[in-house]
Amino acid sequence: MDHGEATTTTENAATASHLGPPLVELVDVNKHFGELHVLRDINLTVRKGEVLVVIGPSGSGKSTLCRAINRLEPIDSGTIRIDGQPMPEEGRELARLRADVGMVFQSFNLFAHKTVLDNVTLGPRKVRGVGKAEAEKEAMALLDRVGVKNQAHKLPAQLSGGQQQRVAIARSLAMHPKVMLFDEPTSALDPEMINEVLDAMVALAREGMTMVVVTHEMGFARKAADRVVFMSDGQIVEQATPEEFFTNPSSDRAKDFLSKILTH
Amino acid sequence: MGEYLDLVREYNVLGAFWVNIQLAFWSALLALVLGSVLALFRISPIPTLRWAGTAYVTVFRNMPLTIIMVFMVLGAWGQLSVTLSSDFDMNFFRLAVLALAVYHAAFVCEAIRSGVNTVPLGQAEAARAIGLPFLASARLIILPQAFRGAVAPLGNVLIALIKNTTVAAAASVATETSSVMRTMIEFNSSWIIAIFFTFAVGYVILVTPVGLASTFLSQRLAVRR
Ligand SMILES: Nc1ncnc2c1ncn2[C@@H]1O[C@H](COP(=O)(O)OP(=O)(O)OP(=O)(O)O)[C@@H](O)[C@H]1O
Ligand SMILES: [Mg+2]
Repeated sequence: MDHGEATTTTENAATASHLGPPLVELVDVNKHFGELHVLRDINLTVRKGEVLVVIGPSGSGKSTLCRAINRLEPIDSGTIRIDGQPMPEEGRELARLRADVGMVFQSFNLFAHKTVLDNVTLGPRKVRGVGKAEAEKEAMALLDRVGVKNQAHKLPAQLSGGQQQRVAIARSLAMHPKVMLFDEPTSALDPEMINEVLDAMVALAREGMTMVVVTHEMGFARKAADRVVFMSDGQIVEQATPEEFFTNPSSDRAKDFLSKILTH
Repeated sequence: MGEYLDLVREYNVLGAFWVNIQLAFWSALLALVLGSVLALFRISPIPTLRWAGTAYVTVFRNMPLTIIMVFMVLGAWGQLSVTLSSDFDMNFFRLAVLALAVYHAAFVCEAIRSGVNTVPLGQAEAARAIGLPFLASARLIILPQAFRGAVAPLGNVLIALIKNTTVAAAASVATETSSVMRTMIEFNSSWIIAIFFTFAVGYVILVTPVGLASTFLSQRLAVRR
């Protein structure tokens, strides 16, 4: 019913002047967990420099979509391309392509037995073959950028959640990813720490990073997103600019969903 | 008392313990390497390797050590002429080490696997997400944390292994403790109680520190999350 409108808004967002060529392309992507059809004919293109916010009720497939993009979750059918290259089967080639896709998890997932600095240098050193001194120099600069430079020699467990998540962002950035995926990066955080993480993400968006962000933080969506994608039951139901989506959603499901999160 | 001490010296009881310590050292080392490889097999994404790991563990964990030991001598050496040293005694010693290692590797594998279970799934996902292939993420992220979570069960395997070195008697390693004890009792039956206590206490002294160390280390090395 709202399919026609969704298409026009996509094109509107896609013609925005600061956006580059397609970077992430999902074509007819389908995914099942047993009987459950979690991704239904997903067609989605994220262009270079675009910030895409994915929003939707619990269980609608947002995490699965995110994880499918770097193939942490294999898909049943369809194609996913990163910068024109289809994601290959599990193996060395996939590992190489994954390095170009940063991922920030809800639960941070910092390597628990390694210091903050080692967390950030591990990827560049072991995957990219960067030397120790160079990797550490860049890691310190990145940690400084997200405001946790003074924690560099601590273990993750000694940091607050907000600090850990900023380290996780630095760890992703150290790989110089073409695109970064964020799966509810602030939903495991205490309220007073949410903003320090969102601020780091807004700064990234301003610098032109291509981002796919699953979040219910409307402030972030309004400030940084080029486009909001609303998912429900494994489908993309609606997509629009943040302003349009939050003030005037066109589908009933989006209206219903927004009325629920806005009452809080 | 002095007479008994002469007996201990005559039969070289300390030397006998030294043989068991050497058996334990080499077989523990070998079992640790083999067990780690098996654990890697069992967590690998390749079904054939997982199957091979499971098959190995099922076979060796459920087989008496004595049977493996006897096979090494009568089967591997006697029938198949597997020779690990031109020196007669050294050959049996190495066959015994091999038997101890292949047997305990199954238990090492399971101990490491229990350690792997202490590592949250997110650690492996984060490793994959930055582009580490399976072997690199296992070596750098999963196994280091798994070992630290497996210190206590690995300590238990080591304790069992040290005591099981006495089974090397079945592989004709005649200089090890249980063989020496048997010979001593046979020819000095009046000292039976003293001889028995000497060896029993000897093992308690040998094994106790292993248990204490593993308890201490398992707390000390535990990964904080
Ligand atoms: N590994 C899995 N095995 C089976 N079912 C799964 C698995 N992962 C997710 N699911 C199911 O797939 C559906 C979509 O899950 P997904 O995590 O993508 O939703 P989500 O939109 O991220 O939800 P939330 O807002 O709660 O994080 C849910 O019904 C979930 O229960
Ligand atoms: Mg989710």
